[in-house]
Amino acid sequence: MELDRIEHLLKNYLEAKTSVADEKILKAYFSQDDIAPHLEAYRPMFRYFAVSKKEQYTKGVSLGKKKNASKQMYSWLSVAAIALLMVGAYFGKNYHEQQQLEKQKAEYAYQETKKALDLLAENFSRGTEKVAYLNEFVEAKEKIYNKN
Amino acid sequence: MKQSDFLKIVTPFQDKLFRMAKRLLVSREEAEDATQEILLKLWSKSKAISSYNNVEAFAMTMTKNFCLDRLKSRQAGNLKLVHSNYRENNTSLQKQVEAIDSVNWVQRIMEELPEQQKMVLQLRDIEEYDYEEISEMLEMKPTAVRVALSRARKTVREKLMEKHSYGIG
Repeated sequence: MELDRIEHLLKNYLEAKTSVADEKILKAYFSQDDIAPHLEAYRPMFRYFAVSKKEQYTKGVSLGKKKNASKQMYSWLSVAAIALLMVGAYFGKNYHEQQQLEKQKAEYAYQETKKALDLLAENFSRGTEKVAYLNEFVEAKEKIYNKN
Repeated sequence: MKQSDFLKIVTPFQDKLFRMAKRLLVSREEAEDATQEILLKLWSKSKAISSYNNVEAFAMTMTKNFCLDRLKSRQAGNLKLVHSNYRENNTSLQKQVEAIDSVNWVQRIMEELPEQQKMVLQLRDIEEYDYEEISEMLEMKPTAVRVALSRARKTVREKLMEKHSYGIG
């Protein structure tokens, strides 16, 4: 009686005409040890279905980590870029200012040296004027010598 | 939507997604990667999730498409998995081992089925979904689901009968 029912269900099962409830009856029948010998071949099938349903996803869900990792990297990258830019601007400005200062110093030194040299030149020319008087004196002296 | 809310939705069926992925991709590592990827994709769509009337079916469809794509690219890249290195467990003749072995047969028989039959059998006989749900998940007509299921079941039974009558080699 029970067996008739199982055989009937199996027939329908193969034609895919059973409901989920019917299939549960079949699974229950084949999960026990007392199975009609001619149906023994079906046992692994239903056993396997039951066994493989127990398999679980054990890896754990890491949500967003992957997605956010790249996003975070991008945000950190932009922070780093800005920092680099600011450091660059700061030191660049310093460097520029230093160069400007050096230029100014050099210009100042140049002007000062020029002034000093001008002063020197002026004094030199004044010196030559005086030497010209001396020449006059020498000439006069020559004249006197020649007359004698 | 917060992560915890999302996980609450996903947790009841993530094992099912994983089993489906494993059914198609065979290797456990690949199936885990696929599941992870699918959950991430689902999470990226989490704003729209409340608008889907059946998140589980939607996720299952995603899994199906993702794995079939993987299989396609694997074939294209000539990286076909070979299962010939499967080691037979013949050392022990105990009945217990025989039972485990014959359960493993079913797995190998299922591996040989066409993808569609594999998926239908997986969703119906292992996950116990309704025909309507399966046809929604696999984007197939209900009649096509029944036909594929019937074929898959008959193939498994026939191959098991063969093994059973020849006994364990």
